[in-house]
Amino acid sequence: MKEQLEQIKSRAFAALEAARDSAELESLRVSLLGKKGELTAVLKMMGKLSAEERPVMGQLANSVRAAIEERLEVRKTELAALALDAKLAAETLDVTVPGKKPELGHRHPMYIALDEAKEIFIGMGFQILEGPEVELADYNFTKLNTEEGHPARDWSDTFYIKEDNSVLLRTQTSPMQIRAMEAIKNPPIRILAPGRVFRKDEVDATHSPMFHQIEGLVIDKGITMADLKGTLETLVKSLYGEDSVVRFRPHHFPFTEPSCEVDVQCFKCKGAGCPTCKGEGWIELLGAGMVHPKVLEGCGIDPNVYSGFAFGIGLERMAMRRFQISDLRLIFENDVRFLRQF
Amino acid sequence: MNLSRKWLKEFVDIQASDREYAEIMTIAGQKVETTARLDEEIKNVKVGKVLSIVRHENSDHMWVCQIDVGEAEPVQIVTGAQNVHQGDLVPAALHNSYLAGGVHITKGKLRGEVSNGMLCSIQELGLTHNDFPDACEDGIWILNDEDAHVGQDINEVIGNDDAVVEFEITNNRPDCYSLIGLARETAAAFNVPLKLHEPVVKGGGPGELTELLDVETPDPDLCLRYTARMVRNVKIGPSPKWMRQRLRAAGIRPINNIVDITNYVMVEYGQPMHAFDYRYVGGGKIIVRRAGTDKTLTTLDGNVRNLSPDMLVIADETRPVGLAGIMGGENSEIVSDTVDVVFESANFDGTSIRKTALALGMRTEASGKFEKNIDPMLTLPAVNRACELVELLGAGEVLDGVIDILNYIPAPVVLPLEPDRINALLGTDISEADMVEYLRREQISVEDGKIIVPTWRPDLRRMADVAEEVARFYGYNEIPTTLMRGATTRGGYSPSQKLENQAGAAARAMGYSEIITYSFVSPAGMDLIRAPKDDPRRNQIKLLNPLGEDSSVMRTTGIPSMLDILSRNYAYHNKSARLYELAKIYLPVAGEALPREPKLLMLGSYGPEEDFYSLKGAVEGILSQLNVLPFSFEAVTDNPSFHPGRCAALTVGGKRIGLLGQIHPLAARNYGMDCEVFCAELDFTELLTVLAPEKTFRALPRFPATSRDLAVVCAESVTVGALEACITGAAGKLLQEIKLFDVYRGVGILPGMKSAAFSLTFRAEDRTLTDADIEPAMNKILAALERDLNAVRR
Repeated sequence: MKEQLEQIKSRAFAALEAARDSAELESLRVSLLGKKGELTAVLKMMGKLSAEERPVMGQLANSVRAAIEERLEVRKTELAALALDAKLAAETLDVTVPGKKPELGHRHPMYIALDEAKEIFIGMGFQILEGPEVELADYNFTKLNTEEGHPARDWSDTFYIKEDNSVLLRTQTSPMQIRAMEAIKNPPIRILAPGRVFRKDEVDATHSPMFHQIEGLVIDKGITMADLKGTLETLVKSLYGEDSVVRFRPHHFPFTEPSCEVDVQCFKCKGAGCPTCKGEGWIELLGAGMVHPKVLEGCGIDPNVYSGFAFGIGLERMAMRRFQISDLRLIFENDVRFLRQF
Repeated sequence: MNLSRKWLKEFVDIQASDREYAEIMTIAGQKVETTARLDEEIKNVKVGKVLSIVRHENSDHMWVCQIDVGEAEPVQIVTGAQNVHQGDLVPAALHNSYLAGGVHITKGKLRGEVSNGMLCSIQELGLTHNDFPDACEDGIWILNDEDAHVGQDINEVIGNDDAVVEFEITNNRPDCYSLIGLARETAAAFNVPLKLHEPVVKGGGPGELTELLDVETPDPDLCLRYTARMVRNVKIGPSPKWMRQRLRAAGIRPINNIVDITNYVMVEYGQPMHAFDYRYVGGGKIIVRRAGTDKTLTTLDGNVRNLSPDMLVIADETRPVGLAGIMGGENSEIVSDTVDVVFESANFDGTSIRKTALALGMRTEASGKFEKNIDPMLTLPAVNRACELVELLGAGEVLDGVIDILNYIPAPVVLPLEPDRINALLGTDISEADMVEYLRREQISVEDGKIIVPTWRPDLRRMADVAEEVARFYGYNEIPTTLMRGATTRGGYSPSQKLENQAGAAARAMGYSEIITYSFVSPAGMDLIRAPKDDPRRNQIKLLNPLGEDSSVMRTTGIPSMLDILSRNYAYHNKSARLYELAKIYLPVAGEALPREPKLLMLGSYGPEEDFYSLKGAVEGILSQLNVLPFSFEAVTDNPSFHPGRCAALTVGGKRIGLLGQIHPLAARNYGMDCEVFCAELDFTELLTVLAPEKTFRALPRFPATSRDLAVVCAESVTVGALEACITGAAGKLLQEIKLFDVYRGVGILPGMKSAAFSLTFRAEDRTLTDADIEPAMNKILAALERDLNAVRR
């Protein structure tokens, strides 16, 4: 009987070792340990043993059973692990196959650039304002210290709606200065007014009869030209990086005095002169100045108490520089192959 | 304004390189646009001496020359010109040289003879007979009388050893449209002395000026000042080389000594001048008046100009002889046999000159200067300078005396110098002494704290103007940079701007890309979208001076703009497009000067994925993102722009907000598209008035939902919307959601009928629902469907 038990054990171990999956293991368990299994059959013969042999054999039989059970569990774990490996291997994907993505729409690059500028000024406490695009000549010119007879008022430059030249398509966002001062009345005023403007230019790579500007206006007690410089320098460094170099040079606008234009040093050549900056080393960014006292007076603000600054930025040029767009016509052509790039 | 650096040297002595000069002038406020070296075009052309000239063996018209160009060996050059002789000085373009227009000359063989270059005519050097009147018209330019020496660069002989600086002069600085003005700016920027010259006229010519000439100015509002002098017995001929070279550098073609003098003075002083032939000043009388009844004048360019009554003319006793401040008349032009000359140096009203020039389409150098309102004090020194030059050139005899009519009262402008206010405006701490010094550099004197504003500075009228002068020479870039102090303000977007941003983001999330289209459109767009003749949207604001018909009216709908862009993409063979734009339309308002400018949200699409429901889904997505009041769609069958069976009107919170659907195939075809095109037009401004109350949290359900599917058969004419409304109305409050999942026609369903299948979700807040709860609801639904819509369970 002892030999029988040893045999069962060694055969069982060999069979367990040979089993290839959990189903085979289960049928082995039944045939070895089940009610009709081999071990059970051997145990049934215990009654025929002597009283001395019985406990010895009993102990042996139990240890054989425990050994088989233990081995069975080990094999189960091993085979489960193998089975998982095989499954995972079978599930392998080609990760270079393109993902399933919903087709998203795209923001127009000009408005991406505008959003960047807006965020910068909102951070400095500016309110975003909008106003009419069909505008009174009074707001577009007269109240901006641009008297009758100024060349900018010519029919060759400005689109007119009324024969008496009283209504036109605004040629600049600057009328928003007047509208802001009239609406807010009591400084402090800090507004940013982006929008469409219109000038009688034929379409080419750098001109369009409709384009966009961003107007800025600050009015308060004690606003200085140094503040204007600080604000615009903040803008330029936020847009083009902390290491960008800004230059202010005198210019003339009817509604600011002193006036200036702001250049940034060419990013490509660092001021040495290259085709991007037309050899100048600098790229013109925007026009600005201290609000002309006549303009303040015209809006009922006492220039002896308040001062302020204003600036105007050409949005197309800013966006074209930001995204290295070479031709203005692309902006208004709206080819989806262009739009999808942004 | 173009400035010759060589000419500038007469007034200021500076050594800066072209680049430094441009940089310093720009920073000081006179922006340099470009600097053009005149000697960049013609290269490696030297003055050569003809050592020998012999006939070419194989040609009856060519010559073989040995030319000394200052090198060790003479150079052999073959020429076909017949005016070259031994001993002549000639321009010799050597091997690898460049001529006018970029013509490249290299050595070669002409009928077997080596030619190491070419002898040049004036044309080949970019010159005309006006520049060098003595040069041979159709042969080699012989330099014997041109003060040239062997080996010299031809650019020096031409006067090309110069740079022309182009300045962008701003409107407020008419004084800078002159050499003296820019010399003054240069002297101030470089802080060096300005050398000015006072014209001295000897005079003494025969006759009495006042007996020969009488000037009247019956329209003093348009003629502020009229100054004239006379020169007799003039000898018309070319002006000297130095004068021609300076004019050429200034971009002016030399003509003859008298005309050249007027142009020279105009460049130098910025004062336009005119010279009349005295013979044709009838009655010796010059009358500066409005044209009135005179209808035409032939200007000296040979064109007949139609005059309107308000245009200012220079007339003699009987007829106009010039367009004041713009161009002289052909009838009084200086010609080769002119004997007596009247120099006019006047100041006309800038606006009047500008309007006349614009109306006649003839802006000239002179009108361009007058329209800037130049200094009336210039007329006298300018006319004296012209007479001085006449005497210097020996071109005639200047009469004593000047006619000078002043129609305005010169009022000296004196401003207080206010250092504290200037510093407060600039944010600086500049001393009064420094301010005085900056102004002195600009030739502006300060006496006892009072600024005496020179007559040539009409831009200096108040403190801010003076502050700019101080800032310019203190240096804009030396002003500190500070951040604003004072009350803080709350920045940010307005509520409507926030909603615009949200709408755009929602549109993009649904695959629509943003476009920007023009506000002005073609009126024909209304026809292309098949709008009826009496469509109120045809009442469009017209531009009086559009660029063209295509951009001549302000749009009243966004559909043509969207279709334009869709059709362009279609023409580019882009397979599909989903586009949106948030922009204004312009609606005239009776009795108001300005139109209403509401904003539209436009969606447009075409492509294999697109149908009515994808567009509608996008609209619904945007509406739910914006959180508007409950909305509904209803069929529109009679809008000619849209497919009669695929168009819906959108109503939100009881207000009609927009229209969406498939564009009518005939309209699509008008835009060159033969595919299905979809478009939605929502009134975004109106949408902002139908927003739902702000969203707040609702507790999550604690009990599970139960769902039932329901398929009903009904007539085709019964809409899904009607079925849903009926179900919702009958179900009671346990019904939480209703969702269409299938519409079926075909086998098992009679023709003219359809089956619609819905998934209904029921839920109660306080318990798990059982069949006993749901059955009564389902029964009510079925009863109502059958009763109201004749729809029965399938």
